[in-house]
Amino acid sequence: MRFFLESKKLMLLALGIYVILRLSFSFDIVSEYIEQITIYVFIVILAATGLNVIYGYTGQFSLGHAAFYGIGAYTSAYLAKTSGLENFLFFPAMILAGGLMAALVAYIIGIPILRLRDDFLGIATLGFGILVRVFLDNSDRISETLGGSRGFTGIARLTNLEIAFFVTVFLLLVTRNFISSRYGLFWRCIKEDETASASIGIDTARMKLMAFVYGCFLAGVAGALYAHLYTFLHPSNFDFLRSIDFLIIVILGGMGNIAGTIYAGLLWVGFIEGLRIVLPANIVDLRWVFIPLLLIVLMMWRPYGLMTKKKG
Amino acid sequence: MTTILEVDRLMKSFGGVKAVDGISFHVDPGEALGIIGPNGAGKTTVFNLITRFYTPDSGDIRFMGKSVTHLPPYRLARLGIGRTFQNLRLFKELTVLENITSAYLSGHRYSPFAGIFRTGRHSSVENNAQVKAWVLIEFLGLAGREHTKAGSLPYGEQRRLELARALAIEPQLLLIDEPGAGMNPREIQDLVTTLREAKKRFSLTIVMIEHQMGLVMNISDRILVMDFGEKIMEGTPAEVKKDRRVIEAYLGEEGPA
Repeated sequence: MRFFLESKKLMLLALGIYVILRLSFSFDIVSEYIEQITIYVFIVILAATGLNVIYGYTGQFSLGHAAFYGIGAYTSAYLAKTSGLENFLFFPAMILAGGLMAALVAYIIGIPILRLRDDFLGIATLGFGILVRVFLDNSDRISETLGGSRGFTGIARLTNLEIAFFVTVFLLLVTRNFISSRYGLFWRCIKEDETASASIGIDTARMKLMAFVYGCFLAGVAGALYAHLYTFLHPSNFDFLRSIDFLIIVILGGMGNIAGTIYAGLLWVGFIEGLRIVLPANIVDLRWVFIPLLLIVLMMWRPYGLMTKKKG
Repeated sequence: MTTILEVDRLMKSFGGVKAVDGISFHVDPGEALGIIGPNGAGKTTVFNLITRFYTPDSGDIRFMGKSVTHLPPYRLARLGIGRTFQNLRLFKELTVLENITSAYLSGHRYSPFAGIFRTGRHSSVENNAQVKAWVLIEFLGLAGREHTKAGSLPYGEQRRLELARALAIEPQLLLIDEPGAGMNPREIQDLVTTLREAKKRFSLTIVMIEHQMGLVMNISDRILVMDFGEKIMEGTPAEVKKDRRVIEAYLGEEGPA
């Protein structure tokens, strides 16, 4: 299919990265802890790319992205556990279910709230994020399996390098093509000027909803991979602060820049986890001083993101 | 079909102010109607009502015989009503080419699936968009600028790009709001030529709001004069220039030029 032909160079690059990672995993060059972090980087990049579609490209300010990440995580973990199909064969279906559930919820709440603009949309999505957090905290009343505020335990570890890597790469290529199609063009138009977009015949409400649902789908898929990587879920993994993490990655990478999000995701996870390793145990919490400092410096140096020297 | 646009007793108030007070007019196919009047006469409000960026308090708008008063703005654009804005509204961070293709593509569809997996439908629609955009880029003298961001174009070229974008939706009716604003006499001359050619080439019907008499009198077949939200007269450019009410309200004491 032309999809793959047109992405030949990127696929070769991806394959190269995969081979290097696979070899260093297989020959125990890196510790198991580093392996886990590496896989986690792909998950974070995927979820942040979803927010990039919503905010970076379409200009819809969302402070609730982690809620959709959580919905994907809990949905896939719950389905896998209760159906007894916790194996590699059915894992792709569980991942897809996580993404689709996040997309469905995004669709339902998107219809009313996407009429709001800028800060108002931010507040509405923030509220939704809190709602999901409270729901997850009390989820044990619906099903003991979900664990409520004690956390969801005993999820099968199904996410490995192969699945995380290929799902992420595939969806990044899909996103890249989506962005360069008429839909991505309309999203960028809407970000620039909604009134002008309507004047040239763009159904702005529908396009905004499409971007939101697609972005949340990516978050849901990422959540599903996350659940089966760490095998334990807690509502606090999907709260407001996690949404801010994704927002930082999108802004750091540069709004509307897929490659930027990839680098920023890598940098963000690398920095937080790297400091945990580098710093002596007694001052490890100081990384929450270093990280904001890094952010301030980066934003002064590159206000439009790592990849953009200046606007214009 | 006799008329392309029919505006029937249109009303719109903001607070206590009647911005448009029961105006009625019609536009025939292939015609150019000029709307003139002092600042605050309600001209732009009429445009915003026709394109439904404002909702009329009462009255009816018919496009090609069908009432379109209840349709959202994007549907009107798809039906064939294009517009430009008094204060430019370009997609500044997008290139000249993207500004134009986005307008064409809104009316020429392919599915998200086709876009993601690059089917034949995707490439044929995208190719047509490029071809169409190039016609407009050349027509409006923007060649060489196609990859420039709209926001970094000089003012005159931004005006022309907005016209190109409005033409890219392949409109039957084009509403132009003060195309000559901020242009020098030389540029106005070019604009007259361009609009005349566009009208012929794309078989357009034009409604234009304009203060520059040299422009509006030159292009319009008919002129509608507004003041305080009402139509104070309607006629050929020659008739309007001679009318006493118009001279008092608008053209000034000295009389017709």
